[in-house]
Amino acid sequence: MTGKQPKVLISIETEAELLAHAHAIEQDALERYRMLADQMEAHNNPVLAELFRELASHEEKHAAEILSRAGNIALPDLRPSEFKWPGVDSPESAELDLAHYKMTPWHALQMALRAEQRAFAFFDHVVNSAGDPNLKAWAEEFRDEEAEHVELVERLLEKYPEPEPGWDEDDDLPALQD
Amino acid sequence: MTAGGLLLDAAGKAGLYGLQTRSVGPQIRGGEAAALLRLADWPVETHSGAFDLLLALDWSNFSRFAAEIKLDARSVVIADPVSGTVPEIVTAATQNIVELPIKEIADNISGGRVNMVALGLLCGAIGLHEADLIELIAGKLVAKGASAIEAGTACLHEGFQHSTRLDAVTAIGPERRQTGERRWLLTGNEAAGLGALRGGVRFAAAYPITPATEILEWLAPALARAGGTLVQAEDELASVNMIIGASYGGVPALTATSGPGLALMTESIGLATAAEVPIVVIDVMRGGPSTGIPTKSEQSDLNIAVHGLHGDAPHLVVAPVSLADCLFTTQWAVHLAEAMQAPAIVLSDQFLGQARMIVDRPADIAFVAARRRTENPDDDYARYALTPDGISPMSVPGVAGGQYTADGLAHAVSGTPSSAAEDHLAQLAKRRRKIDEFVYGDHWADIEGDGDFVIVTWGSTAAPVREAAEQARAHGLHIKTVAVRLLAPLKVAALAHELDGARRVLVVEQNETGQFHRYLRSLCDLPADTRAVHHPGPLSVTPDEVLGEILKEHSL
Amino acid sequence: MNAPVSLKASDYKSDLKPVWCPGCGDYHVLLAVTKALAELQRPAHDIAVISGIGCSSRIPAYLNAYGFHGVHGRALPLGTGLKVARPELTVLVAGGDGDGFSIGGNHFLHACRRNIDITYLVMDNQVYGMTKGQPSPTTAPDWDSALSPGGTGLRPFHPLVIALASGANFVARTFSGDIKGTTQTLVEAIRHPGFSFVEVLSPCVTFRPEQREWKSAVHAAPVTPTDDPARAARRIMTDDGFNTGILFRGTRDPYSLARSDTVADMTAFERPFEL
Repeated sequence: MTGKQPKVLISIETEAELLAHAHAIEQDALERYRMLADQMEAHNNPVLAELFRELASHEEKHAAEILSRAGNIALPDLRPSEFKWPGVDSPESAELDLAHYKMTPWHALQMALRAEQRAFAFFDHVVNSAGDPNLKAWAEEFRDEEAEHVELVERLLEKYPEPEPGWDEDDDLPALQD
Repeated sequence: MTAGGLLLDAAGKAGLYGLQTRSVGPQIRGGEAAALLRLADWPVETHSGAFDLLLALDWSNFSRFAAEIKLDARSVVIADPVSGTVPEIVTAATQNIVELPIKEIADNISGGRVNMVALGLLCGAIGLHEADLIELIAGKLVAKGASAIEAGTACLHEGFQHSTRLDAVTAIGPERRQTGERRWLLTGNEAAGLGALRGGVRFAAAYPITPATEILEWLAPALARAGGTLVQAEDELASVNMIIGASYGGVPALTATSGPGLALMTESIGLATAAEVPIVVIDVMRGGPSTGIPTKSEQSDLNIAVHGLHGDAPHLVVAPVSLADCLFTTQWAVHLAEAMQAPAIVLSDQFLGQARMIVDRPADIAFVAARRRTENPDDDYARYALTPDGISPMSVPGVAGGQYTADGLAHAVSGTPSSAAEDHLAQLAKRRRKIDEFVYGDHWADIEGDGDFVIVTWGSTAAPVREAAEQARAHGLHIKTVAVRLLAPLKVAALAHELDGARRVLVVEQNETGQFHRYLRSLCDLPADTRAVHHPGPLSVTPDEVLGEILKEHSL
Repeated sequence: MNAPVSLKASDYKSDLKPVWCPGCGDYHVLLAVTKALAELQRPAHDIAVISGIGCSSRIPAYLNAYGFHGVHGRALPLGTGLKVARPELTVLVAGGDGDGFSIGGNHFLHACRRNIDITYLVMDNQVYGMTKGQPSPTTAPDWDSALSPGGTGLRPFHPLVIALASGANFVARTFSGDIKGTTQTLVEAIRHPGFSFVEVLSPCVTFRPEQREWKSAVHAAPVTPTDDPARAARRIMTDDGFNTGILFRGTRDPYSLARSDTVADMTAFERPFEL
């Protein structure tokens, strides 16, 4: 999976629907980061556990903001199949399959970068396809925020160079369980 | 075989007690077969020594049965000359050979059958009324039509006529029951099925195995009528896990098997111990090891039932002390398993399971499944909470807020896997505690008589022991019999109390190594003068044999 | 809009942290299961997830539902007993390829035959992970390992076609990384009456790191599901093992047992014994 959005046409039709998607994007992203933080905690990678928790707390803030900005607009209660995600997953959710117990902040931030880029692409698509000016305005707002997030992550990444090959080497064999 | 069954029915209707077992060759159909009956005007629960009467329709392969069919000088043997020479092993035992042309008599009746002639002969010899028997047969043959009834009646009549030649046989009937006295005719496997149902079992999983299948076949329609279900499983690994699944769902569940099946089930019985899921497994024991002798009784699964689980896995093992007790003990096992959320193994055996017996109607008992459950678990609900008695309230699927994962892995009180020493110790201790500290009452053993000569036994050998003790008392001996029903956990203190002051102790059982004796030795301080009396199947332990041991011991 | 507060996927997740390696496909499956349950809006207490032993068999405890983590290979009979005794519950059985096709192989055949209304989810990674990487029934014959140096030389077991031949009423293959597809397939599998078998290709990043490439190998089956077992068998036998989607949707009635709604009078059972 990459930051690129699959070319699938989606049609968000109302403000409420968009808000529900925007909220779910943040909510899913925060749950995913927490999942990753738990994995890192369970696998004794405290640096990454903290980083993922930090990312989760950003997403949590965004989710809360969306709810409060929605004001009087009641968000529809959507089942998983009712979300119009262009790909196989909620766009801003980090890729679980790329996690590694020895992963470094560079890897995590690369994940986060791609996630923000996918979210940007999602809203950008809504902006370009929306007919309703109010809907378009909301989508632009969200898209611009995602653009800021992309920049933020890019800045963070400057502090973390790509690790040398061999970062995942482990002299100990895997452990036996049941 | 059918004629043997009818003879027992007739004796029962006439007010006699009795039992019937069978011995068959390895053929599925048409093989040699012997129906062994004992009838009396008092409750008989086991075969005695020598048979009074042997009627042979055919001598082929008689040698296969010779060891089981003991004859002595008083025995009367009825032989049909067309069946060939009476085997030497028979003539060596008795001179009372009565030759009767049974086949010829049957051939002279249109549609006549030798077994019906034989039935008439035997009923006449023991003093039953011909009219009663004809009524019984007419009832049984109704489906086969009028000509079958006519032929059957004629055969019985001829048999009765010829029975006058059997004066040497002691007549015992007919006897009439007191009014209001109710008797049943059933097998131990049927009794176990009824006990399970009465105890509250509503799910059974079944994999056929001799000699346990009849329990499951009895339960299949009975469970459906009682609002339950029976599933035929693909193997014993499946059947035991199916009952664990059903019981996890809150439905009391049971399976029945024999030694080979129990061996396959032991891993999962350990799971039921660890996950604290009540189940009942009836092992109708047969000769072992391996395939052994599927159609013969042996008490040789005690070791695997008590000690067969890996890890420290406290569970319950009970054994009926008579055929009728298969009902009580199975019902009690359901109650115990449910009360303690633990597996219970019932050690029945081929004799108890497959013998048909006339018994006084067993008393109704109040033991039913009553599991400690929670219907409204709070936020802190912990499935394996450490309680004073070790029994934790169980939440079952459907109960909101009670979700947990039952686990065979060592776990914390919540059920969450944990390899921490303190969790392992706490859970081991609570599972031990609930079994050890449960109040079992007086049912741990059936105790009869008093005296400083004590016979300790279990399972189907309790019947010959009781009969031998009765006879010994008639000789003026003071004998106590202790038939242990609760094998695990063994009530060591209660047993010690019963053995207090005993001068001589015999431990009687039917297996090669004296498994029960060794088990008692491992847990109890038995009196110095304790002797183990045991032999393996297929030969049963008889009252004569036990009496011989008592007298031998007593004369020392 | 005054929509009722519905159950979210996260409501079906427990607080327990999985022991699975980061990157493991089973995390995706966990997500897909929670999403499928949210889609169905079944209350957590009416769901039971039953498993045996192995990495993937740890899944019940990671879910907020009733669960049973039993012994190796016996998850299907556990689930069968529960479903027959409590037909109103939604029962999912989950596990891995070793648990389901090797030690539990016989139960797999008979569960398909019996066609009880349960869903069996196998996370197939073609390896025994918890015991450090031994070949399983679905491992390729030339996969080298300490236990079978140079490979087993054995032809891999074909779970889908065996399920079909044994009578499963719903047969599907998904890829764990396709969270949406796995979710949809699970929803359909649970809804479909009878025994539903879903094989999820779920990479083991520790012992089979090459399986990370599965995500580029899988492709949606280019056909609609059939109810003809012969057609389904042909498709399955001729595909490349990476075809995903619902491959068979049968029409057999699920197993059911007649049982009385009213409990018979207990004395009725003893009457036949009376003399």
